Amino acid sequence: MSSSEVLDGEAEWNGGIMGQQKNLEGYVGFANLPNQVYRKSVKRGFEFTLMVVGESGLGKSTLINSLFLTDLYSPEYPGPSHRIKKTVQVEQSKVLVKEGGVHLLLTIVDTPGFGDAVDNSNCWQPVTDYIDSKFEDFLNAESRVNRRQMPDNRVHCCLYFIAPSGHGLKPLDIEFMKRLHEKVNIIPLIAKADTMTPEECQQFKRQIMKEIHEHKIKIYDFPETDDEEEMKMIRKIKDRLPLAVVGSNTIIEVDGKRVRGRQYPWGVAEVENGDHCDFTILRNMLIRTHMQDLKDVTNNVHYENYRSRKLAAVTYNGVDNNKNKGQLTKSPLAQMEEERREHVAKMNKMEQEMEQVFDMKVKEKLQKLKDSEVELQRRHEQMRKNLEAQYKELEEKRRQFEDEKTNWEIQQRILEQQKLEASRTMEKGKKKKIF
Amino acid sequence: MASTEIARQAGDGVRAVPLAGHVGFDSMPDQLVNKSVNRGFCFNILCVGETGLGKSTLMDTLFNTKFEGEPTQHNQPGVTLKSNTYELQESNVRLKLTVVNTVGFGDQINKEDSYKSIVEFIDAQFEAYLQEELKIKRTLHSYHDTRIHACLYFIAPTGHSLKSLDLVTMKKLDSKVNIVPIIAKSDAISKSELAKFKIKITSELVSNGVQIYQFPTDDESVAEINSTMNSHLPFAVVGSTEEVKIGNKMVKARQYPWGTVQVENENHCDFVKLREMLIRVNMEDLREQTHTRHYELYRRCKLEEMGFKDTDPDSKPFSLQETYEAKRNEFMGELQKKEEEMRQMFVQRVKEKEADFGFCSFFFFLLSDLHEKFDRLKKLHQDEKKKLEDKKKSLDDEVNTFKQKKTAAELLQNQAQQAGGSTTLKRDKERKK
Repeated sequence: MSSSEVLDGEAEWNGGIMGQQKNLEGYVGFANLPNQVYRKSVKRGFEFTLMVVGESGLGKSTLINSLFLTDLYSPEYPGPSHRIKKTVQVEQSKVLVKEGGVHLLLTIVDTPGFGDAVDNSNCWQPVTDYIDSKFEDFLNAESRVNRRQMPDNRVHCCLYFIAPSGHGLKPLDIEFMKRLHEKVNIIPLIAKADTMTPEECQQFKRQIMKEIHEHKIKIYDFPETDDEEEMKMIRKIKDRLPLAVVGSNTIIEVDGKRVRGRQYPWGVAEVENGDHCDFTILRNMLIRTHMQDLKDVTNNVHYENYRSRKLAAVTYNGVDNNKNKGQLTKSPLAQMEEERREHVAKMNKMEQEMEQVFDMKVKEKLQKLKDSEVELQRRHEQMRKNLEAQYKELEEKRRQFEDEKTNWEIQQRILEQQKLEASRTMEKGKKKKIF
Repeated sequence: MASTEIARQAGDGVRAVPLAGHVGFDSMPDQLVNKSVNRGFCFNILCVGETGLGKSTLMDTLFNTKFEGEPTQHNQPGVTLKSNTYELQESNVRLKLTVVNTVGFGDQINKEDSYKSIVEFIDAQFEAYLQEELKIKRTLHSYHDTRIHACLYFIAPTGHSLKSLDLVTMKKLDSKVNIVPIIAKSDAISKSELAKFKIKITSELVSNGVQIYQFPTDDESVAEINSTMNSHLPFAVVGSTEEVKIGNKMVKARQYPWGTVQVENENHCDFVKLREMLIRVNMEDLREQTHTRHYELYRRCKLEEMGFKDTDPDSKPFSLQETYEAKRNEFMGELQKKEEEMRQMFVQRVKEKEADFGFCSFFFFLLSDLHEKFDRLKKLHQDEKKKLEDKKKSLDDEVNTFKQKKTAAELLQNQAQQAGGSTTLKRDKERKK
């Protein structure tokens, strides 16, 4: 069964973490893993949603029937093209097909009325709305708390039908593709290719690809593989883009073989003849080799774009939208968590500031009291000095008074003395006279 | 043909249409498988068991290679988890295998918390995946999945019953990981004892409500083998990396004096069964169960914890936008409320402080002290002033008295002089006669 192999150094894969390489010395059995995956996928079944867009009459329904070798649109279930429509509709038909034990739930989304009006401005709007609503459904289902197996109704591929004018893309074609190339895998097809000769077809294809590059439209690109064979095939396909197709609902006998084709007086244009048109290439690519990749690109690229845009809008609702891109690596919950932390920091700062204000007020009050005290002291000092001065003045006055008084008393005493002496002298004189 | 999940999902409203030829979408499983093979696979095993039960040896034997690791001592203070990642390749299939070992499990005297670090580790891997899944810009398709896909629980070959540590640990783990219990070093048990041992273990697990991993029987291609194997659980295994020559082949075996235990001999032990079931048949199912059951349970609990609901009170389903916006509004409201509360609390505090006894009494003390000083000084000043006034008054009185005296004296003197003058005049007059 399996043999062990010696490894050389291998490049990084499956995420960033590199493990140690180990050689196996015998049979282990995990080489059976792919079979287990196979088994489980068959048991689950597959689903695929294909959208067809183009003006009416370009053979879209016929091509679908030819691709899936079935009468998806039949007299009982007429295709949208046979019904009357006024505005652009988006209609889906679901069918279950089985082949080789594999179940496929196929959803075909048709857009009747596209490009048929006189004024086709915004005729792509119902289409983009439909695609977005499917993304929305998936996002909601994915974000539920109780999740169940989620049906994948997202549009995995859009076949865009270009009218075989032979000249180039119409403005509507360009406008539509520019609006949808980042929402869905676009595969442009040249419809009713049996109206052009091979040379005309070549020229037409070249012109279209030129215009697609000019307008920077991103059509579905094939993934790189390591397989040389595959890459060769892919390069061949790329040379023939956009694929020119023919569809047919009728089986015609050609050289004893029963083939799908279109009967003309001058011959039969065979649908599955690689010389006549690129139908086989389309079918092989769309169904047999790249169906899974179309789903993966839808899931990993288009859906993720939608989701990140949606979540960024919800998360930064009302917040400055100039946040740098690095912020988008967080989940909305982590974003809220960070905002919560910022808020806590802000509140702490606020609390600190308030404490500071508080302290300051206390200090102010204390200072005021101190100032009052100082003022009190000063005034007291002043009054004391004042009093002292008055005291001195008083003392001076008293001294003067005392001096005056003393002087006068001395004077009085002298006068008294004199008076006494005078009166004594008079007394003596008086006595003399009498004799 | 059995019905597929897709067919069931589609329901009755979808018609099945026949195909008129070979379309080619039966290559879808191959396309899917090719992509997986290109990406590579990843598988994570957790080995839980006491030191010395041969966990590392069994891993080596199972994957036919020598992984890292020195045998650990018995003196670990707690249970730690060591994980190692290896890149293996078999045919064109690349497998990134991570083996996580519990170091020190069962060695402590008090084993009450032994299971905690294991549960934390498992939860941490779920959390990492959840965080990645919730990011705005995420890369799930290239994410290295570290969630544990299988937990091999090593039971000691006592031959009697499960230890209480085993029951407690498995009970804590059964809702978080696929548990595959195995009897380690089963060459220590005889065949008859083994049968009894297995029955005892199974009944103990059932009676304690421990849910171990059952091999799936819904896929008809493997239902039979899986259900047979389910009846052999738990597997009794022997591990060995040494080879012994049996017949003309070198086989992995353990050599005893009384015989050789061959690892890959189904009569000797269940190693081959374990390998078949674990790796060859059900590896993908183990990964799927981890993702769709254990991880979803973790996620649901975590989101409910954070307050997320699927329906509003009227049982109408929320859209993602509504949910997030509601959460965000609630969150912002909470923040604003907190801010407002803080402001009000501060205003309140200031008021309280100002009326607070502690605050006031301090200032009150200072103020009253100041008032006291002020009053004292005022009184002092007034006293001094009064004294001064008194002194002034007494001086004025003395001055007045003196003045009066002076005036009186001067008056007397004047009178005396006038009298004296007249006397002199009289004398002069007499002389003249």
